[in-house]
Amino acid sequence: MSTTVRDTALFGIVALLLIGTGIIQGWNSALLILNMGLISAIMALGVNLQWGFAGLFNIGVMGFVALGGLAAVLISMPPAPGAWAIGGGWRIILGLLFGAATVVVAVMAQKKLQGRTRVLATLAILIAGFFLYRAVFDGGVAFVEAIDPASAGNIGGLNFGGAENYRDWGWLTLVSWPVGGLLAAGAAWIIGKTALGLRSDYLAIATLGIAEIIIAILKNEDWLARGVKNTIGLPRPVPYEVDLQNDAGFVERAASLGLDPVTASTLYTKMAYAVLFTVVLLILLWLAQKALSSPWGRMMRAIRDNEVAAEAMGKDVKGRHLQIFILGSAICGIAGAMMTTLDGQLTPTSYQPLRFTFLVWVMVIVGGSGNNFGAVLGGMLIWWLWIQVEPLGLSLMNLLSSGLEDGSSLKERMIESAAHMRLLTMGLLMLLVLRFSPRGLIPER
Amino acid sequence: MDFLNAIVALANFVIVPGLAYGAQLAIGALGVTMIYGILRFSNFAHGDTMAFGTAITILFTTLLTGMGITFGPLPTALLALPIGIGATILLLLGTDWAVYKFYRQQKASPVILVIVSMGVMFVMNGIVRFIIGVRDIRFADGERFIVTARGFKEATGLNEGLAIKTTQAITLVVALVVMALLFWFLNKTRTGKSMRAFSDNEDLALLSGINPDWVVKVTWMIVAALATTAGVLYGLDKSFKAFTYFQLLLPIFAAAIVGGLGNPIGAIAGGFVIAFSEVTITYAWKKVLVYLMPESLEPDGLVQLLSTDYKFAVSFAILIIVLLFKPTGLFKGQSV
Repeated sequence: MSTTVRDTALFGIVALLLIGTGIIQGWNSALLILNMGLISAIMALGVNLQWGFAGLFNIGVMGFVALGGLAAVLISMPPAPGAWAIGGGWRIILGLLFGAATVVVAVMAQKKLQGRTRVLATLAILIAGFFLYRAVFDGGVAFVEAIDPASAGNIGGLNFGGAENYRDWGWLTLVSWPVGGLLAAGAAWIIGKTALGLRSDYLAIATLGIAEIIIAILKNEDWLARGVKNTIGLPRPVPYEVDLQNDAGFVERAASLGLDPVTASTLYTKMAYAVLFTVVLLILLWLAQKALSSPWGRMMRAIRDNEVAAEAMGKDVKGRHLQIFILGSAICGIAGAMMTTLDGQLTPTSYQPLRFTFLVWVMVIVGGSGNNFGAVLGGMLIWWLWIQVEPLGLSLMNLLSSGLEDGSSLKERMIESAAHMRLLTMGLLMLLVLRFSPRGLIPER
Repeated sequence: MDFLNAIVALANFVIVPGLAYGAQLAIGALGVTMIYGILRFSNFAHGDTMAFGTAITILFTTLLTGMGITFGPLPTALLALPIGIGATILLLLGTDWAVYKFYRQQKASPVILVIVSMGVMFVMNGIVRFIIGVRDIRFADGERFIVTARGFKEATGLNEGLAIKTTQAITLVVALVVMALLFWFLNKTRTGKSMRAFSDNEDLALLSGINPDWVVKVTWMIVAALATTAGVLYGLDKSFKAFTYFQLLLPIFAAAIVGGLGNPIGAIAGGFVIAFSEVTITYAWKKVLVYLMPESLEPDGLVQLLSTDYKFAVSFAILIIVLLFKPTGLFKGQSV
């Protein structure tokens, strides 16, 4: 069997799984899984770029995804009324500028000065800068967070529709996707500058830490995106179900297909999302394929396989690593913005490393690291499993415990434990693939 | 008097909690550093190993208290600890046999082993959830305090109270015992010496007839004991929750790396460095400064450098600073 046939068959299996879900559990759940599967596939593409192409061990995916989500809020929400006074939003920005300036000056002092003056000057700059930053920044934060804390208390976003009509500017969320990528890329640049020279497992710990810090910032900085109070009601790039149900033409068309308006409207919006996400995925996949087969991609793989040899050939290993680290993180940021758009809300507490970092790694490993189609396949397949393991586990437990009498503690225990099947299955799957097919379902070619 | 009050406030809110937390991190970091030194990879499943050992210990603690057996003023969990350690030893030896052994024989690169340990982490996390669920569990019993804040105030006549929890004292005592045992083992026994030799130079150690399988087995056993002890002490002091243990991975790794990966003394030093930096930077210093500064200069705010939620940022910042300026850690660690 040629490799193309095999790959197509694997994608066919995923399609069959989704269609089967549609027939058994309803098309709404199938489309839900498909949408998140497409987003997961994009995240997997980003990680595959870093790990598969360049061998960079980034386990801070969650942080970049969350930054993308932040971008979705900052672009598509309206500015909060009253927050952008001199003493509010602008003061916060001034404070942040002071903070950034402090770091820049400190780094310059590190480079320019020598000996003991260097240490003393750097420390003095950092300490003075920190207090200056806090003095300016804290006042602004207090001002913004005091404005209507129950429903706002944040700076809001850039949606020029204003607080009343911002939902009419839903296409702005589409703008926020690339912006999410840019935000993640900016963060990746800072991280890469400091941490990329480190050995692989040090880099791993560093990125793990950065991701936790980003989540901590999202949780605690209420002025930014309301912290744990969550931002809800983001505008959407697709029509609202209610509007569709009130549209006579739509109801008529639904009826001609034999669907009631409510089901038809939910399916319609999900399909619209699926089309948008597929377009983004295809563009990114095309770009990634082009990159892989270009001289640049070959150079990347050469660096991955033997850094010393590549350096001897005159390749700038550190520069290339930084480049691909930024690109991969940007893709994760785009996926994060898309996910927040799909959810319509940003909930910082929902970002958990097992779900947003390690699961994406399972996708890449199972799909096949180094192969873009493998990453996409892994993303779709693992996401389907992640959702379906719980119901499957429950029916398995029901079957196993059917011999036991009702109400026995063992039976209750078994049925209860089905909820924890997910992590176990993912881990076993990952270990099995690593052991018996370490190159993944669609290996690198 | 004011000076004494300041000292007591400092001891109560910074020194005592910092010492206890530091000891817990140090024992955890010892486990990570042992695996790195002998098996040469960063074990991402360490947090979940700790959670597993603690979960088993909790189960036996409830069993013991159910049978009416307690440990007097001390927490019953200490009685159940050996059973927890035993179960964890079985789990780790089983994992090594089923998973890691294959890659060791293949001489797989360390980064592959790290990824494999990610898979093990998922599985162990799942097992812990099967065993005990995801709830927040407190299992400390016995006396709560050795010194209560009120008793201290009455005895000394100071404004500030000093409270020392039983669990904090136990943490320090157990940590001292564990560290003494470990160093005695590594420096005085034949197996310990062969482990150090293996860690320093694998080829040379193999050449001089050291049995690698035995060294690896002993390492996993010691790691199981260390991980379970660290987990139980942390759980006694705070509470047990599977997810918190997973998150402990970051400060533990920070401690091990700051001290120098593969170096046991470094791991202990690193644990205390990380713990004290976290506590001092996120502590509201107003309470101490009020006593030390003249009234006119008293601070208005809490004088808290960072909110407590940013404690990860602290371990991380220290990690980066140490790595940038002293890549092998404070004490000389291994560099692969």
